[in-house]
Amino acid sequence: MTARLELILGAVFAAVLIAIGLSLGDKAVIDVLMRLSIFSLLALSLNILVGYTGLVSFGHAMFFGFGAYVFGLLMQTNAISIPAAAAVTLLATCVWGAVSGALCIRLTEIYFSFLTLAFQMLLYSVIAGWVSLTGGDQGLMGGIPRPPFLGIDLAQPRQLFVLTVIVSVLSALAIRQIVQSPFGYALRMIRDNAERARFLGVPVQRYKLQAFVLSGIFGSLAGILMSLYVSGAYPNFAFWTLSGDAIIMIVLGGITVFLGPVLGAVLFQFLNDYINRITEHHGMVMGVVLLVIVLGLRKGVLDVLDEWRQSRKPRPEAAP
Amino acid sequence: MNFDALIDCFSASACVVTQISSGLIIGMLIFMVASGVTLIFGVLGVVNFAHGALYMLGAYFALTAYWVTDSFTVAVLAGAIGTGLFGVVFERLFISRVYGADVLSQLLVCYAFVLILDDAVKAIWGGDFLSMGMPEAFALPPLMIAGGFVPPFYAFLTAFAVASAIALAALLGLTRFGKIVRAAAVNRQMVGVLGINTSLVYALIFGLGAALAGAAGALAAPVRSATPGMGFDILIESFIVTVIGGMGSIAGAFVGAILIGMIRAFGTVGFPLATEGVTFAMMAVVLLVKPAGLFGKAGR
Repeated sequence: MTARLELILGAVFAAVLIAIGLSLGDKAVIDVLMRLSIFSLLALSLNILVGYTGLVSFGHAMFFGFGAYVFGLLMQTNAISIPAAAAVTLLATCVWGAVSGALCIRLTEIYFSFLTLAFQMLLYSVIAGWVSLTGGDQGLMGGIPRPPFLGIDLAQPRQLFVLTVIVSVLSALAIRQIVQSPFGYALRMIRDNAERARFLGVPVQRYKLQAFVLSGIFGSLAGILMSLYVSGAYPNFAFWTLSGDAIIMIVLGGITVFLGPVLGAVLFQFLNDYINRITEHHGMVMGVVLLVIVLGLRKGVLDVLDEWRQSRKPRPEAAP
Repeated sequence: MNFDALIDCFSASACVVTQISSGLIIGMLIFMVASGVTLIFGVLGVVNFAHGALYMLGAYFALTAYWVTDSFTVAVLAGAIGTGLFGVVFERLFISRVYGADVLSQLLVCYAFVLILDDAVKAIWGGDFLSMGMPEAFALPPLMIAGGFVPPFYAFLTAFAVASAIALAALLGLTRFGKIVRAAAVNRQMVGVLGINTSLVYALIFGLGAALAGAAGALAAPVRSATPGMGFDILIESFIVTVIGGMGSIAGAFVGAILIGMIRAFGTVGFPLATEGVTFAMMAVVLLVKPAGLFGKAGR
């Protein structure tokens, strides 16, 4: 697909989502669509690392929480507009991503996973422990002010909804551009054979770090949208279970297809709600579902569909 | 930050003794979990993300055994053996399916069990904090060492962990079984060709690692309260310890665990809000200076 076609498809998709949300006008529908947008963005950003670079980050909620808290704290100063605060937050995410990432990418395989997890828990303990700044367990107190900018008033749920959908879709397009670029293909090469990539002159460590930071920026953006949506920030945004949820999302949907994480985020939300409705043993059911996917299917839904589609073609395509 | 308090503490032997003793039990509990993680990794090549959940199982098994029999010895045995058996079954039924699989599958199988076990414990024992209380055998006046008070249980816990470290080292270094394990860690297929049942060796090693975690959970029961999800913090700590000490190295895990224990114990006096930061800074320094860890072999 050409970039222009993707842009048009993205615009159509965003328009349809917005039209559904606004025409139904139901608060519950808008809430669900906002959540799905935010978690899709989180899952897509994580998949830059897991699916494309082969780095299984188990600490991705670190960026989600980081974005939500930094943005929330900046807005609470009442001295800064929403776009400026978002820009400063993303810049801070770059710095934090570069520092933590520089250490994390020194390890490979499961040690990378654990180190990202450990960094996430460091951030979590700072958030939970620094009560005077963050409000500790209670979350950021007093809500996040949402002053109007450029004629947009995010205190209006409908306007916030439209903005969330547009930002998520634009981010998805940006991530698509990244993974389809030569840089994105270099990441796939690192995933498949880091040694060969290095031999061919790819600066492996630098590319890994760049992928880490990029993934963090979009994860942080999802956190910013979340903090706007709930008008607050809570420690569980940076808790490890959210990282686990994000991984389950991308595994549910499939990591080898670009839109797999989006489907996964949608499936996960419905599965989660469904499990919560039928039983109080949420962990056991989710654990069993996870085991069936990992040991039974061994891949996500879109992975299966994609393989089926490719098996019907005479010639296999290059890996996405 | 309160460095004056830290300096005051260091100038009084009583305070030093008290902090060292509490640092030792923190470190020893982490060591027992970390040694299992590092043993399983060294031989099976899998990092058991569910190891913290095994520590939790050990604590709950011990609690139940203690309530039934009123004997702490039985409680520790129940924690260690019960968790060890669970580990063997877990390895045979699930972990053995992901040997050589990608990291994501290994991680997710373990993560699924973290979810299941945390929830199962909540369903069986309830979600509240449960406490064993100090067993009668240890309800003694504290030992006086250089003016500092050390509860007898702390001394017992430390001795137990040191003894298990020595036993583990002897098992791996001196016995025929140890030789087989070390050989299997290098080349499983070759060991299998020599007529040794490597599946059994793998299951036993996993069970041994699980039993260590279970024993740690049982030993923690009198000094910490049991709660679903209690295994998570110690999993992170034991991971940090294996990074500092060197992955696959039992001696490294021992030294790393004591270091972390001391930072935690003296940190509560001098820099209570920054103990975790200091721990991480130490790990960062090790990663930058000696990425294989203090006792790790390069290129591992």
